[in-house]
Amino acid sequence: MRRGWSSSWGGGTRRARRGDAGALLFLLPSLSGLAVFVLGPFVGTVWRSLTNAAGSRWVGIANYQSVLGNAAFRQAAGNTARFVCVCIPLLLVGSLLLALLIRAARPYSRPFQTSYLLPMALPVASIALVWQLLFAKGGLANAWLARLGADPVDFMGTGAAFWVLIGSYLWKNSGYDMILWLAGLDGVPPALYEAARLDGAGRWQCFWHITRPQLRPTAGLVSVLSLINSFKVFREAYLVAGAYPHESIYLLQHLFNNWFAALDLGRLSAAAVLLALVLGGLVLALLHLLDRDA
Amino acid sequence: MTRTNSPARAAGRLARAACLLAAALPVWWVVWSLAMGALQGPAEQAALYGPALRGQPDLAAWALLPSWPTLQPLTELLLDTPQFFAMFWNSCRLTLPLVAGQLLVGAPAAWAFSRLRFRGRRALFGLYLLLMVLPFQVTMVPGYLVLNALGLLDTRWAVILPGVFSTFPVFIMAKSFDAVPGEMLSAARVDGAGPLQIFWQIGLPLGAPGLAAAAVLGFLEGWNLIEQPMTFLKDQALWPLSVALPGFSGAADTLGLAFAASLVALLPALFVFLFGQKYLTLGIQSGGLK
Repeated sequence: MRRGWSSSWGGGTRRARRGDAGALLFLLPSLSGLAVFVLGPFVGTVWRSLTNAAGSRWVGIANYQSVLGNAAFRQAAGNTARFVCVCIPLLLVGSLLLALLIRAARPYSRPFQTSYLLPMALPVASIALVWQLLFAKGGLANAWLARLGADPVDFMGTGAAFWVLIGSYLWKNSGYDMILWLAGLDGVPPALYEAARLDGAGRWQCFWHITRPQLRPTAGLVSVLSLINSFKVFREAYLVAGAYPHESIYLLQHLFNNWFAALDLGRLSAAAVLLALVLGGLVLALLHLLDRDA
Repeated sequence: MTRTNSPARAAGRLARAACLLAAALPVWWVVWSLAMGALQGPAEQAALYGPALRGQPDLAAWALLPSWPTLQPLTELLLDTPQFFAMFWNSCRLTLPLVAGQLLVGAPAAWAFSRLRFRGRRALFGLYLLLMVLPFQVTMVPGYLVLNALGLLDTRWAVILPGVFSTFPVFIMAKSFDAVPGEMLSAARVDGAGPLQIFWQIGLPLGAPGLAAAAVLGFLEGWNLIEQPMTFLKDQALWPLSVALPGFSGAADTLGLAFAASLVALLPALFVFLFGQKYLTLGIQSGGLK
C-alpha cells in the first residue's frame, strides 16, 4: 500500500526487533490515546450491547432484537440509507461535471475552482441562518415560488425536508469531490488522448474509452470519502431543524442522541455496533474493489 | 479549418462560461446574502427577513444591496455583546489546541507508517483507516464514561483530548512523508543520524506541506465541531460558536445582530481557507487511502 519506505531497515530478526522498538516509540503517543479514547470505548460499546442498560447483567442478543424491531430505528436507518443512496450518486456525477468544466476552461477557471471549494470552509452554524432564511415557511424560496404563481411548500415540515438536506449536502461537498476528480483527471497520461485523436476519436469517445476507465480508482476513492462525509450532514439537519426534525430527515444520529439523552444505553450500543459493522463492511468492500482494479 | 470552427468554438466557450457561472451562483449568493444582511438597517431587515426568521406574517423578500447600509449591527456585536466574544473565544480555545495536538501526536505516527518498517504495519494502518470511518456516535457512551472517570467532563479537554487522536491527519501527513526522497534518509543514516534525528531534521521540514494540509483541514473541522461539545459540555458557558450560534441568533434583539454574528463567526474559517487553499487542496488529495 505504501510506496517508497526504506528497505534497508530490518532484515535480520534482531534488526527487525530494533525496528519494531523504534517504530513503537513514534507510534506510542498516537496508539495510547487511541486505546483510551477510541479502541477502549469501542470494546466497551460491544460489551454494553450485550448487557442490560446498567451494564450489570448479560442479556445476549436481546438488545439487538429490540433495536431491529424498533420502529424509530427502522425509520432512522432507512432514512440514512436513503440519504446515502440518493446523495452519493448525485454528488459523484455533479462534482465530476464541475471538474470537467474547470479543466476545459483552464487557466481562467481558477476563481471558480476556489468558489466551488469555498462551502466546505464555511461553518455550518453560520450557514444555518441562510438555510432558515431560504426554507422557512415565509422564507425566500416560498416568496419566489409565489412570484411564479406556485403554491407555497412547507419545506421543513414535509418530505421536502429530505431534498433540502440533499441540496445542502451537495452544496457543501461538491467542491471537495471536484478536487479529487481533478487529481484523477490530471493523472490520465495525455499520450493516450493524443493517440486516440490521431485515430480519429471524438471528444465523447475519448471520454468514454479513455477517461472513464482511467477514473475507476478515483471513483472508488471519491465514493468512500463521500460516504464518510455524508454522516456529517447531521450537523446541518440538527442546526436547521433541531433534535426532532421532520420524519423524512430523522437520521441515525438523531436517534443515537435521543437514546443517549434517554439513557437507553443497551439499545444505543447495539445500534452503534450494527452501524460500525455496516460501515466497516462497506468500506472494506469498496477498498477491495479498488485493489482489484489497480 | 480553425476559421470555420471559430464561431462554434466561441459558442462553446460561452456555454462553458455560463455553466461555470451558474454553478458558482449558489455559493456567491449565500456569502453575499450573509454579508449584506450584516450591513442592513434594522427596519429594512425586519421588513425583508422578518417573515422567514421571526415568524412574521407575509413572505420574505431579498434585496441585492442594503438601501441604507450601516455598520451598526457589526459595531454592536463587536463592542456591546460580550457573550458573543465568550463564544468566539471558546471556539479558539477548542480549535487551536486541537490542531496543535493533532500535529504533535499524528506526525510521529505518520512518519512511522510512511518510513519505518515494523511488524503489523499494514494491519495497524488498516485499523487507523477503519477508525477514521467510525461516526462519533458509535463510541459516544463509553467515551462519555472514560471522560467522566478522568474527571474531564464539562471541561474543554473533553472535546480536545479525544479529537487530538483523530486518525485522519495521520493519513494526510503520511502521504506527504511518502514524497521525501529515500536517498536523503539513507545518506543521513550513513552519516550516523538516529531515527529521531532523521525525523526531526529531514522528515518534518520536507513534510511541512503535509503538516500544513493537516492543520488547515483540522482547523475547519474543529471550528465546526457540533456533536462533541453538545455531548460532553453541559455547561453552556463553554460552548463554542458551532453549537451556540443558532441559539444566539434566535434570541438576538435584532436580525442585524444575528447576521453580523454569523458573518464574524465564519471569518476565521474563511481566512484559513483563503490563505491555506493550496494546502487544503493538497490535503483533500492526500486524504486518500493509497
